Amino acid sequence: MNCKTYVEVTAAFSPEGTVIPLTIKWQDGIVYEVDRVLDIRRAAALKAGGCGLRYTCRIRGQQTYLFLDEDRWFVEARKA
Amino acid sequence: MERQILHVDCNKFYASVECSLHPELRDKPVAVGGSEASRHGIVLTKNEIAAAYGLTTGEPLWSARQKCPQLVVVPPDFPTYIRYSGMVRRILQDYTDRVEPFGLDEAWLDLTGCTGDPVATAHEIRERIKEELGITVSIGVSFNKSFAKLGSDYKKPDAVTVFSRENYKELVWPLPASELIYVGRATKRKLAERYIFTIGDIANAEPAMLRALLGKWGGTLYAMANGLDNQPVIPAEQANAVQSVSNGITTPRDLIDDHEVKAVIYMLAESVGRRLREQHFVGRTVEIRLRDASLATRSYQVSLDYYIQSTKDIANEAFALFQKQYNWARPLRSVTVGISALEPDNIPCQLDLMDSDAREKHEKLDKTVDALKARFGDACVRRAVVLEEPELSGLSPYETHTVHPVGFSGKLEN
Repeated sequence: MNCKTYVEVTAAFSPEGTVIPLTIKWQDGIVYEVDRVLDIRRAAALKAGGCGLRYTCRIRGQQTYLFLDEDRWFVEARKA
Repeated sequence: MERQILHVDCNKFYASVECSLHPELRDKPVAVGGSEASRHGIVLTKNEIAAAYGLTTGEPLWSARQKCPQLVVVPPDFPTYIRYSGMVRRILQDYTDRVEPFGLDEAWLDLTGCTGDPVATAHEIRERIKEELGITVSIGVSFNKSFAKLGSDYKKPDAVTVFSRENYKELVWPLPASELIYVGRATKRKLAERYIFTIGDIANAEPAMLRALLGKWGGTLYAMANGLDNQPVIPAEQANAVQSVSNGITTPRDLIDDHEVKAVIYMLAESVGRRLREQHFVGRTVEIRLRDASLATRSYQVSLDYYIQSTKDIANEAFALFQKQYNWARPLRSVTVGISALEPDNIPCQLDLMDSDAREKHEKLDKTVDALKARFGDACVRRAVVLEEPELSGLSPYETHTVHPVGFSGKLEN
């Protein structure tokens, strides 16, 4: 089961207006570094619900979606 | 040059947005409906699964639950629907600036002169809205607005239909006459009396007979059925957006006397007046719409010789109209107050030699009340008449009002 989890993000704002996430703070307090942003596009979050600007990120070798919905970031968290 | 018109229709818009936001609802029958406690308990939209149970829009929720006991009813969340509607419009505006919205969930696009094949563009729009927003649309492509609209209804959800000059006789003409925009219940009945059942029947009828039967709309329908509709797509910014301002409410219980109606009319007029002043309009046709306990609806209007704007004037005219017209045959279920024949509020007007002081006072009072309400909420200042009926008037039509499209099918019936 997947669910929508809002997370704390630090991001870099370029002079052109592009926003690139640098780190994500998970609910358990662990901060993960975003190794690389592979793709940015508007997309619906099919698993979590809602939509936003979808960042396809590589974090510790894993590919993950990070969504920016207006001014909040969320991920599709896996639940046991 | 042949026009290239698209009509984009968001399928089951409110329900689709809810399902997109709440994935756990996707495989359940869902209806978006008002609160039953405040007697707004009808189905506003339903998803495909609920539709398969035979639920219809406007049906009471209790009856919907009888058809489908496991129905999930979600209360409407208009701010979110408006946000999604804006996101859809931004996608459409990537293709042309000629986008004419029709309500929250429909829009026409004029792609005449744009590069690329309009059918390919329609598919791209359909794909993008699905990918980016998680909702589906159906799109009609044609050479005029009414056929494009028929096209978006022809095949759904998530589909594109093309009505061209080559195929419209074959595809459009067999459709029932009531599919045509402007043909409502009464028109459908009148046409059926003349053995006119399909759009093709209208197209092949004598225009003079249609005009005799339906007045000037007869000519309009004849032109539409023959693909001669030449109405332009009017971008929202250019359209004379506001033609009337109105607010209506279904009260938590039926109204039984003038006193209660007066409180409700004042409450509605307060919101109508405030919206009118915010948009800098004055108006001179006051309308009331009454729905009684048997759900019969009547509307009455009065045109004044002068323009009004203040809450007090609107309420007094509306209440006077009510007293003149309504005989209390039945209790009332819902009341709407509206004003139309609008002009900008700087239009020159004839001042009353005796009474201009009073008028100025009222204007100042309204302005002050509006400012207070804008800062502290709708409930911070209220009229004494409204306080006499707190359970009927403790509602805030201003804060909850939304924009709905003009009643297209209603136009011929009135």
